[in-house]
Amino acid sequence: MTVSTGKSFVSRFGVHIAVFIFVAIWTIPTLGILVSSLRDKDQIIASGWWNSFTSSSQTEAGRLPPASAQVEKDGKFVLQGNIFGDGPARNISAFGVKSAAPTQYPAGTTADLGDGVTLQLNADGSFVMTSPKAFEGERGQRVYYASSAPPKFTTDNYDTVLFSEGIGRSFMNSLTVTIPATVIPILIAAFAAYALAWMRFPGRALLIAVIIGLLVVPLQMSLIPLLKLYNGVGSFFGVPSKTYLGIWLAHTGFGLPFAIYLLRSYIAGLPREIMESARIDGASDFEIFVKIVLPLSFPVLASFAIFQFLWVWNDLLVAMVFLGTEGDQIVLTAKLNALLGSRGGDWEILTTSAFVTIIVPLIVFFSLQRYFVRGLLAGSVKGG
Amino acid sequence: MAAQIFSAIFVIIIGVGGCVAYFWGANKALDTIFPARGVSGKAAINNLRRQGVIRPWLFVGPAMIILTIYLIYPVVETLRLSFLDRGGAHFVGLANYQWAFGDREFRNSILNNIMWLAVVPAACTFLGLIIAVLTDKIWWGTIAKSLIFLPLAISFVGASVIWKFIYEYRGEGQTQIGLLNAIIQYFGGQPQVWISLPFWNNFFLMVILIWIQTGFAMVILSSALRGIPEETLEAAVIDGANPFQIFWKVMVPQIWGTIAVVWTTITILVLKVFDIVLTMTNGQWNSQVLANLMFDWMFRGGGDFGRGATIAIIIMIAVIPIMVWNIRQANKETEGH
Repeated sequence: MTVSTGKSFVSRFGVHIAVFIFVAIWTIPTLGILVSSLRDKDQIIASGWWNSFTSSSQTEAGRLPPASAQVEKDGKFVLQGNIFGDGPARNISAFGVKSAAPTQYPAGTTADLGDGVTLQLNADGSFVMTSPKAFEGERGQRVYYASSAPPKFTTDNYDTVLFSEGIGRSFMNSLTVTIPATVIPILIAAFAAYALAWMRFPGRALLIAVIIGLLVVPLQMSLIPLLKLYNGVGSFFGVPSKTYLGIWLAHTGFGLPFAIYLLRSYIAGLPREIMESARIDGASDFEIFVKIVLPLSFPVLASFAIFQFLWVWNDLLVAMVFLGTEGDQIVLTAKLNALLGSRGGDWEILTTSAFVTIIVPLIVFFSLQRYFVRGLLAGSVKGG
Repeated sequence: MAAQIFSAIFVIIIGVGGCVAYFWGANKALDTIFPARGVSGKAAINNLRRQGVIRPWLFVGPAMIILTIYLIYPVVETLRLSFLDRGGAHFVGLANYQWAFGDREFRNSILNNIMWLAVVPAACTFLGLIIAVLTDKIWWGTIAKSLIFLPLAISFVGASVIWKFIYEYRGEGQTQIGLLNAIIQYFGGQPQVWISLPFWNNFFLMVILIWIQTGFAMVILSSALRGIPEETLEAAVIDGANPFQIFWKVMVPQIWGTIAVVWTTITILVLKVFDIVLTMTNGQWNSQVLANLMFDWMFRGGGDFGRGATIAIIIMIAVIPIMVWNIRQANKETEGH
């Protein structure tokens, strides 16, 4: 499918540029949260993440030592020291003593504060304050300064979200939901798909039509009746209505139509001769299924497994309806949604949590992309 | 947490083991009750016939039971509930539907849904097609496609956080940490609170879904484009068609069926869009959509199942034409076999 027209240098160059722009638009958003999740939390709000490799400038306030630290020198009273104390050094560009004008004086100059009082603050944070009269008071002079901090990357945010924000726990909950909800439907669907593809029985065509119809039934149709059903079952047997078993079965039910559809079209395409020769050798349907169909269907089983895994892992709606919101049940997507409400402006928490939630799908996706694409093509060619 | 891991593993073994035990055991039982081996010829034939009648139902049985409980019964029950009051105890006729069409929030949701339906499938298909054509022509096209495809693996909630960070707003003159406002400010514009801008905020939410789904459209269309016979393109080149004519008059008509499939698939997805609206605005600032409104009514004030069910039915009605078309297509294919 290569068109050999317009192969001039300009148009070829144009194609590269256009694709590059598309790729940039599609990757930069994700890159943004990855970079931000690794930044120091004060720097996240001080500068855009695209500036994270250059020094970020921010205005801060500090206090000089109190009057008790003064020394008398040449008839003047002097306070001396470094405003950063023992902390990490930063580069000061300007300073001031009024909150309205925090960067009134360039670093290194001597500011006249009136009544003969002077203050000099240098770029490295060292300062000299002199006065003809003795300093008084318990609290030292307030000083504002604009400093630039070198880029600072850290994994502290990951420590915080995983161990104190509950994301680590939710990660386990998501795995607990996802693995059984992926495995159970595969088996059930594979048997049904084989029967629908290779066995003759009355009502088969109707059953296939029903399954294709169910493919597009919106999830919303199922929520209320199932919620009522679960509550009813829960109160009848005196058990909680929100359980892992409940959500496994729900995801199995919602995933089955697509699973059966996808597996059936693949299994129906297996060569007839293999099945017939096995049958002539006296193999039963069960043996044919286990020994021939299952091994041959591995690619489509893998495709469906990836689909179901991604769908269950990324699901929010089913989890919000059928699982609790406490720590022992809340899954990653629901937790992230809750954090958006409770920690709305704390981007170090949100970006890091978001990255934790998307890392598993990304790994699955990149390592198994071949199967994923194959399933996508098989599942949608007839309109899923 | 250790207990949870243990119980999860335990349940996986029980669940999967249970499935295997059922299928294996049921088949074994069938073979034992109607033995086909070690009996006289006539009995064996009779038993084989009986096995042939029963065995398909052993295979499809579990799937049928689960589909009935989780999809078929709920569809009927939701329809019934839409004619009942909030607790589901009293018949109220069409009162819920009357309420819906008189409700300001519901009408706003319908309008927004129509806008989503008009914009998102079209944008995804169009962008997907363009990217598919362009990436086919360059040596690093596969890598480019992988990267554009990548958002498809990201959850709607994760994508919402990603884009909320891009739309982040700080007061004018402050350092913008949201990419969009930073760009606007760099070019001398005024930063905006994008997700609460009336009317336009809908489009900023749509961008998220377009960003996710374009990769899907691209992959499907790209494979359809590969299926176009080389000769038709060569003939067009010989006839002196320019690249745009080739694209619109030769390539697009040949993949029309695939375009329709991509379009309808994304249409169904758009009708069900819920997570993005919930996490970005929760329907505030006139950005409500049906799926989120339905979720809202399921729990609002202890839950109004009548109204929730009514909204679900309206979403279902929008899907029915696509459903009928799908079943027709599938029937045509099986007849063709």
